[in-house]
Amino acid sequence: MTFRTISLLAGAALLAGAAAPALAQDQLYVPMNTYRTGPFAGSGVHVADGMRDYITLLNERDGGIGGVKINYEECETGYDTKKSVECYELQKSKGSIIYSPWSTGATLAAIPRAAADKIPILSMAYGLSASADGNVFPWVFNPPDTYWDGASVFIKHVAEKEGGLDKLKGKKIGLIHLDAPFGKEPIPLLEKLAKEYGFELKLYPIAAQDMQNQGSVWLNIRRDRTDWLYNQGWGTMNPTAVKEAIKAGFPTTKLVGVWWAGSDDDARAGGAQGKGYKALSFNLAGTDFPVIKEIQKHVVDKGLSKAPKEKVGEMLYNRGVYNAMLIAEAIRNAQGISGKKIVTGEDVRAGLEALNITEARLKELGMEGFASTVKVTCEDHNGHHKLFVAEWDGTKWTKGSDWTDPMKDVVRPLLVQDAKEYAEKNTGWPKRAESCAKQS
Amino acid sequence: MFYREAGQFKTSYAADMAVFPLRQDRVGIAVIIAAALALSFANDFIVQAVLIPFLVFSLAAIGLNILTGYAGLLSLGTGAFMGVGAYACYKLTTAFPGVNILVWILVSGLFSAAVGTLFGLPSLRIKGFYLAVATLAAQFFLQWCFNRVPWLFNYNVSGAIEAPLRTLFGVPIVGPAAQPQTRYLVLLGLVILLTWVASNLVHGRIGRAWMAVRDMDIAAELMGIKLLPTKLLAFAVSSYFCGVAGAAMVFLWYGSAEYTVFDINQSFSVLFMVIIGGLGSLIGSFFGAAFISILPTVLKFGLPALGVPIEAATAEHLTAILVGALIILFLIIEPHGLARLWQIGKQKLRVWPFPY
Repeated sequence: MTFRTISLLAGAALLAGAAAPALAQDQLYVPMNTYRTGPFAGSGVHVADGMRDYITLLNERDGGIGGVKINYEECETGYDTKKSVECYELQKSKGSIIYSPWSTGATLAAIPRAAADKIPILSMAYGLSASADGNVFPWVFNPPDTYWDGASVFIKHVAEKEGGLDKLKGKKIGLIHLDAPFGKEPIPLLEKLAKEYGFELKLYPIAAQDMQNQGSVWLNIRRDRTDWLYNQGWGTMNPTAVKEAIKAGFPTTKLVGVWWAGSDDDARAGGAQGKGYKALSFNLAGTDFPVIKEIQKHVVDKGLSKAPKEKVGEMLYNRGVYNAMLIAEAIRNAQGISGKKIVTGEDVRAGLEALNITEARLKELGMEGFASTVKVTCEDHNGHHKLFVAEWDGTKWTKGSDWTDPMKDVVRPLLVQDAKEYAEKNTGWPKRAESCAKQS
Repeated sequence: MFYREAGQFKTSYAADMAVFPLRQDRVGIAVIIAAALALSFANDFIVQAVLIPFLVFSLAAIGLNILTGYAGLLSLGTGAFMGVGAYACYKLTTAFPGVNILVWILVSGLFSAAVGTLFGLPSLRIKGFYLAVATLAAQFFLQWCFNRVPWLFNYNVSGAIEAPLRTLFGVPIVGPAAQPQTRYLVLLGLVILLTWVASNLVHGRIGRAWMAVRDMDIAAELMGIKLLPTKLLAFAVSSYFCGVAGAAMVFLWYGSAEYTVFDINQSFSVLFMVIIGGLGSLIGSFFGAAFISILPTVLKFGLPALGVPIEAATAEHLTAILVGALIILFLIIEPHGLARLWQIGKQKLRVWPFPY
């Protein structure tokens, strides 16, 4: 009896509670999935701090976006699919205008729902690569790059260091990857490029439960005498890979990580010998940018940030800032297109589709040199933008190469093919009905 | 006062052996089912994040309870057996889209049952912790298959299985177009049906054979119970329930799933549900599922919603601490689980106000 009463009371309380906050209609409700807890919190905290601080900056300095305050709310997922689905439902019930899944599993679960619920998804350089095809996935956006773009820039980087694409012939290039859909993603592209340029592709999968136990894999790498390694890893797999590379005597300068393998803590794990470790990136690290200076002035120094002072400007923190900037720009666009102050999910979808962040706009945002320009179109929800190779100098990330264009001509047809297959396999996948959004 | 059997006379053997001998219990069950039906009018969040997970986990917990609670065989492969159900259902519904999805959800359990029986074979020779390790092998092997055999997910680019649109009488029940309320009602029907089946199994000859094996297998053998078929049947039935739960999880709840959904953590959380709910009790499976699945959600979202100003991450930490403390507390108060507490409560009510 008592148990039933208590559970009923709890249920009633939850019902009342969930209904209440939907009333604040004079603000833009921007929810965010974060993982400050759980096995990946080491990376998640910095990203979450960056996003939060940029939004706080907009609220403090500009009074929000277009004069409307942003009601920013974090929802803790712990990188867990079940909790992410809960967060999605909660955010939907409160009228969210954009969904940031922040995990591959959560993105995959949300992609079919987006069109039905009219909430656009921004999975910044993660999630499903094929969702770059706007004709099949009108509600999903994954700028600025896909994992295939990343792998192609890695090959370009190797070619540059070896003295040209023709020098790749006969080289052994390895892919050390998490044995999960995320980690396996670059394989088809690398296989294609291996055939084209005549290098030998070696695969080194690492099971999720063995992320910190890579000894045997590195023995194989030594035996194979692999020339270059690309690391498509996540979480504790990355610092372990850097440490193991040093132990196995593999030159860290020839170990290049994807952008999620490029946190300061990943590189720091290598100690003094970690110098020279590389990772792809689409944003620079450091505090020498007006936008980071503004955050320090308006947010950190006022005590509004949760980030420790020395973490501001680290690679993942700045990536969080970059992600929040994309969201803010999309909303600003949406306001411009719809003419409304309080925009809906449909407006933000249009805003994302008309996203065009030029050099001039980057300068206005205080992000000159911080990131490359971003342009999204109706067909291309990714853009395949320029990347660079960041290099660890022993204490911080530096810009190790120029901005490099990915091999869009190779990547794009593969993506479109995959997107088509996805739609065919999901019977009842809706045809694109949304009209193409144009910048106003 | 209201809960007592005075005046209720049993005039037949059937009435004496009934699962719910008291009229009040029968009324209570009817009220609970009516309330569950009424809850389908709750908002999307309650249905999708509280009620549907609760039902899915209840089903999985019943499955594991049959194996661990009734037959006394420890298993750490629940997550993988759920996965078998989910992947089987996906393969079946994509290969034969014309057949109703409900049929496939129920049939997919059979595949899980077959796999479960296979991995249950060592149970005749090994017991206790050693059997747990054998089922652990099932967990890792099957999870490896879900990741490494692309045929299982139809060579999908995402590496995940996705629930396509499926209807029942023209109403979408599976896929992104299906309303959470509809999916909840379908799932509720499944859970009621399967709970009824489970109840009949465990209260009948088969259930008694399981319990005899659990309590002392040599004595059971001497009484004429064949150990191998009994244990394998427990594995099969248990895996069937887990398989259906897994299929329901993907098709009526998540909508899509990577292989990581069916990892060892899933196995553990179902095992905790069974232990905390009460081994060898069907209602305990529901209590356990509610405790492990609903309580964290209610705490995490309930506290901020009630106006307690805590950050999302703090709420998560607080939830972990509270749930952990409650688990210890309940296990100290009653090591036999919530079901035993429930039973004690009922007994006390029966004799109230004159306890003896």
